[in-house]
Amino acid sequence: MLYGLMAYFDTPERLLQALRALKAQGYRQLEALTPNPVEGVEEVLGGDGRIPWVAFLLGVLGAGLGLFLQVYTTLDYPHNAGGKPLLGWPAFIPVTFELTILTITVGIFLYLLYINGLPLSRHPAVEAREYVRVLLDEYGVFVYATDPRFDLEATRALLKDLGAEVEEVRRD
Amino acid sequence: MAKEPHPDRDLIQGEWTERSLVEKLLEPVEKPPPRPWRVVVAVGAALTLAWLYAIFVTFVKGLGTWGINQPVAWGLDIVHFVWWIGIGHAGTLISAILVLMRQNWRDSLNRVTEAMTLFAVLAAATYPLIHMGRPQLFYWVMPYPTHMALWPQYKSPLSWDVLAIMTYLTISTLFLYIGLIPDLALLRERSQGWRRRLYGWLSLGWTGNAVHWQRYRAVYVLLAGLATPVVISVHSVVSMDFAYGLVPGWHLTVFPPFFAAGAIYSGFAMALTLIIPLRRWYRLEGVITERHLDWMAKVTLASGLGVAYIYLLEIFIAWYAGEPAEWAQQLWRMTGPYAPYYWAMMLINVVLLQTLWFPRFRKNLTWLFLFSILANVGMWLERFVIVVISLSHDFLPGNFQLYAPTWVDWTLFLGTLGFFLFGLALFIRLFPPIAVAEMVHLFHKLRRH
Repeated sequence: MLYGLMAYFDTPERLLQALRALKAQGYRQLEALTPNPVEGVEEVLGGDGRIPWVAFLLGVLGAGLGLFLQVYTTLDYPHNAGGKPLLGWPAFIPVTFELTILTITVGIFLYLLYINGLPLSRHPAVEAREYVRVLLDEYGVFVYATDPRFDLEATRALLKDLGAEVEEVRRD
Repeated sequence: MAKEPHPDRDLIQGEWTERSLVEKLLEPVEKPPPRPWRVVVAVGAALTLAWLYAIFVTFVKGLGTWGINQPVAWGLDIVHFVWWIGIGHAGTLISAILVLMRQNWRDSLNRVTEAMTLFAVLAAATYPLIHMGRPQLFYWVMPYPTHMALWPQYKSPLSWDVLAIMTYLTISTLFLYIGLIPDLALLRERSQGWRRRLYGWLSLGWTGNAVHWQRYRAVYVLLAGLATPVVISVHSVVSMDFAYGLVPGWHLTVFPPFFAAGAIYSGFAMALTLIIPLRRWYRLEGVITERHLDWMAKVTLASGLGVAYIYLLEIFIAWYAGEPAEWAQQLWRMTGPYAPYYWAMMLINVVLLQTLWFPRFRKNLTWLFLFSILANVGMWLERFVIVVISLSHDFLPGNFQLYAPTWVDWTLFLGTLGFFLFGLALFIRLFPPIAVAEMVHLFHKLRRH
């Protein structure tokens, strides 16, 4: 079964150029695979502004949780500690702060996995024989065979024109 | 494009291509380990076993096997707790604060120091647990609805400490792990057998998708921003365990910055102690250059000066406060039976520290290595001065009592040292001690642009 075509480019500039060309031709089901973050990719493939907002909401949740924990436990078991006011809020700062950070950290990590679709046990591009190259020093584009514009010969020719080395990725 | 060479170009020295650099950085994982590695593992494993034995003795016979008593109810266990937590700080500082400051030199150092943080914090966390006397009831520190209708007392710094340490452990572990994910994917593709399965599981199926990378960087920088205040807050909270008490020598508002500076100082010293041999054994001179070590020495100096300043300030405040018990405590430190500890601390952390002003000393790796060990001895002495000497001399002369640690106390310390080295050695064998993806990215930035 044909999974798609994997194209290997030498430089991030060529990768971006190829992504623009493929998008212009109407390809939609494609992935760029790179050994490190490539600047400018969000302009072609679309950026993601959700992370800071999710982090902020998690922070509000964590801070609320921290304050609630301390206020509730204090009121549930009122205890005179050193003559301080029962709800002396300055003493609640450290725990509120730590729980804010803890909630954001754990939450944003899980959110990162969620939006990236991880954990993932199998990915078609990883089946490529030369796949490891895109983790080392080359920049890959994987075009899915399910893309409506996909045509084995035409797509291969297009990718080669863009300066790539192309590999067919199939499952044996 | 003919551009000016990058100012940080010499952070990676030698002739490399991306591929040869990756091969080099994966050598500790993929090639047979050098002989010293085996020695470290053997010594570490032996000490770890001794540690488990000491913990066993503590659990079976009780805390009476330690040297603690009244009034010195916090002995070497708390000294070592504070010491280890402090050491952890350099890892988070290098990985988080230096990311925010866009310091390229952190890329060679962050992985191994983050691993150092992880094992140091784990080692530290064992001390309060085994000090509880009834460690099986450790969950009493957590807020859970009990049949006694009791809750933890959230006006007490000891309750803050629980959450501060747990948050710190979580964020430093996640930071280390997130940084590892791209390297794990690379290792997955390059290995066979059980290693392939291990890396496959741990890499979570990372493919290097460019969109994933954008989000990954966003989260990484965000976590760096969050870890930064945590680094400062953790040791500040630890310091409040002391500063909230009325014991002379503890009751000082300057304690949070004092502890934070000391933590960074001891953390960088421990990082130097580890990195100088690592660099030689694995021939990493091309990626951990003398410039890296020089910068680390400068951070050690800067944070050490903060510590030295507060030592002097403590003397002044003890006198200026006009509180007889405080001044008596200061004299006890300087002239009492523990005076050699106090003066050794002053010699290392105030006098010998000044050598790092001079490039000649900073560039001399033998001295730098020796000093890094001395600095951690100095920081150990500082915690001994704060914890033990203060407690041994409080308000009532009838309470004054000296402290003598037992073999269990010392074995617990050597044991955590062994566990720390053992854990780090195994870590380096399984995971690259230098962040491969980040180094290749840096190489790309420095050479291509």
